[in-house]
Amino acid sequence: MKARGKFIIGSGIIVATLLVLAYAGYTQSKTYYHTISEVATLHGAALHQRMRVSGDVAAGSIEHLDGRIDFVLEEQGKKMPVSYTGSDPLPDTFKDGAQALVEGKLMPDGHFMADQVQAKCASKYQATPGQPAAMNTGKS
Amino acid sequence: MDVFGSFALLLAFIAAVYAFSAGIAGIITRRPLLTKSARNAGMAVFGLITLAVASLEYFFFTDNFSLAYVAEHSNRALPAFYKFAALWAGQEGSLLWWSWLLSTYAFFALFLNRKKHPELMPYVGVILAGVQIFFLTLNNFVASPFHVLGGVGAGGAMHVATLSDGNGLNPLLQYPEMVIHPPMLYSGYTGFTVPFAFALAALLGRYPGEKWIHITRRWTMVAWGFQTVGILLGMHWAYAVLGWGGYWAWDPVENASLLPWITGTAFLHSVMMQEKRGMMKVWNVWLVFVTFMLCILGTMLTRSGVVSSVHAFAESSIGGWFVWFLGIILAVCLVAWYKNRDYLRSDNQLDSIVSRESSFLFNNLVLLAACFAVLWGTLFPVFSEWFTGSKISVGPPFFNKVNIPIALFLLLLTGIGPLLAWRKTSFDALKRNFAWPLAGGIAAAVVALFFGFVGFYPFMCLMLCVFVALTIQAEFYRGARVISQRDGTNLLTAAGELTMRNTRRYGGYVVHFGMVLIFIGICGTAFKQDIQKQMAPGDTLTIGPYTLVCQNFDETQNDNYTSQRATLEVFRDGKSEMMLYPSRRFFLASQVTETMVAVESSPLRDLYVVYAGRNPDTNQPVIHAYINPLVKWIWFGGIVVVLGTGLAMLPNRRAAIVLRPVAEQAWGEGVSPEAGAAVAAPIRRTDGHD
Repeated sequence: MKARGKFIIGSGIIVATLLVLAYAGYTQSKTYYHTISEVATLHGAALHQRMRVSGDVAAGSIEHLDGRIDFVLEEQGKKMPVSYTGSDPLPDTFKDGAQALVEGKLMPDGHFMADQVQAKCASKYQATPGQPAAMNTGKS
Repeated sequence: MDVFGSFALLLAFIAAVYAFSAGIAGIITRRPLLTKSARNAGMAVFGLITLAVASLEYFFFTDNFSLAYVAEHSNRALPAFYKFAALWAGQEGSLLWWSWLLSTYAFFALFLNRKKHPELMPYVGVILAGVQIFFLTLNNFVASPFHVLGGVGAGGAMHVATLSDGNGLNPLLQYPEMVIHPPMLYSGYTGFTVPFAFALAALLGRYPGEKWIHITRRWTMVAWGFQTVGILLGMHWAYAVLGWGGYWAWDPVENASLLPWITGTAFLHSVMMQEKRGMMKVWNVWLVFVTFMLCILGTMLTRSGVVSSVHAFAESSIGGWFVWFLGIILAVCLVAWYKNRDYLRSDNQLDSIVSRESSFLFNNLVLLAACFAVLWGTLFPVFSEWFTGSKISVGPPFFNKVNIPIALFLLLLTGIGPLLAWRKTSFDALKRNFAWPLAGGIAAAVVALFFGFVGFYPFMCLMLCVFVALTIQAEFYRGARVISQRDGTNLLTAAGELTMRNTRRYGGYVVHFGMVLIFIGICGTAFKQDIQKQMAPGDTLTIGPYTLVCQNFDETQNDNYTSQRATLEVFRDGKSEMMLYPSRRFFLASQVTETMVAVESSPLRDLYVVYAGRNPDTNQPVIHAYINPLVKWIWFGGIVVVLGTGLAMLPNRRAAIVLRPVAEQAWGEGVSPEAGAAVAAPIRRTDGHD
């Protein structure tokens, strides 16, 4: 079956190409989810990965500085200082006590540089399915 | 009244269980009366769910806030249009809506075929009822939309609480597209149940030949058409409402809607292999199975919060039910296929690599690869947590890297596939068919290069788009010229006549042309620009050919929301062109803010302006402006795709009546064997390769 053989070779080339592309895309965009307590225990290569961390915005910690916004995320007593350097204004839901999800990289001093921040309002209304519990500032 | 709705739902559940069990009993005992009563029960489900839906709508329109679902998703000040749409704003209502659409399809599938295919229909009825039982179980016992607020008071008496006003509809859904988008998408998701039921029924009943494909062709196209419209409306909604300047973010919920669309597209193409050449029988059956399973998976991803998404649905317990249901479907499909696999043996083999068959095989291969990549990327956080313990997500670069080459390859196949002959194509035929379109494509790309159309993918995309458009045009021209010479009509009339004589083929070309337009629109993304600036009155911002001058800021209020608005004057070449009013609305009932984007759309580019918020230090508004080239082509292409899909569903016009024996009829399409030994059929072009 000559045609069949050619088809199999062609398919093999296509699939191999796609696998290479998929792997490249994966390494470029993979993002790890961590809790704040996990972040403290990371070491080696894991420290330099792109990650997402969630927590509550510590009351009174939001500071507007030139070109960035600093705040502290806390979760079960653990704290992590965050600097937001993204270009989009933070969502209106981002305020003291709100649940926030930050995405970015950890600096060697334990500071988190976020380029994306999502915030979920601590609303009196229950977050039901279909309600916008999170407002995304980033293009993700 | 709430009792009325939940009672109707419960009866629907009982009817579905009866249709399922009596249907099986009817198949085993071969008693026609039992089969008939099972079918009638299956059709009754539709009436009962309709009553439940009507009852829930009645609560919305009468502002009955004693019902938890109404209180959560509506309020008094909500416009009537949105009160209607609030039905599918949340989990419980969406699932009810799913059930209703499914029961509508099931009703028509059973009703229209009530006198046909007596060997096949009992199986179809049982499978449809089986799917309905699952959703009605959710509607009745897991996520009932008819829960009342309040609880059991002293002495066991029910005590009903009523709120004075509801929480209001999610403002993101208060947009016209959002009223149409969910029903469209759900009609797509549910619609694939019909071809699934027929395919599984044909396999279980070992129903001869390709009949199930002929019977379900239009059903599949209806489902596919709805899915296409649903996806495009969703994209348009994301573009117009979410305010991030794009229309597709590879968000899990978006991906979920794309998956069955991809496999459905693969199926619509690969059935032709079975009809024409008796190949790919196993593949087709599995494509339908997988498409249906992906529809269920899509519903699950949308509704269960298994994967977090910007659609941000709360986590709910409903995911487990879907996993079980998917497991059952997979098991049934595997067993049905394994026991009847000899029935699916292929009649032919691939003859040549340069043939229509091989173009379909490659089409299916890359579509499935795309589907797999999207599925893998979407579920990656779940898989990685299972296998490595850490939750890892992949972003748009992953999806784009894999899918852009696939999409371009598909575009290439769209151009060459339809012109390749079945079995084997000669080199001369290739040259004759492709020389001019290819030259045209290259010429267009070279011209575009001079206009700054750089980048490998956009360049390839433009070249292929022109190439495909030219091959389609050539196909219409070739056929129309023959008709126009014979009938003495002009080319345009002849092209119309040509289309009506073979709607499936030429409707298909129209769909392809629509896809070309969509590709051109997507290609424009490569040339997107954006700029963000804090603006005080009098400040200017320049983007592309436009200069935006801030005139004013104001705040307004009505019953439903307060609104902050910027007034921007747009100048182009020093001339004032228009005013834009980007704004942000704060909805009072739900305490949520929403962006109202101001878009000035033209075929060449959209000027897309967002009121992004206020800088808390200076209290000045931040304006984010985008230039999105060619976006309009996507929406226009979508309309062309829908028109083409509609065309392909029309029956062929009978140009001349000849008598020919049924056995020679290439298509079972619209011709029932009961009509006799000879049927009227249109003259078909012998060189046609539909």
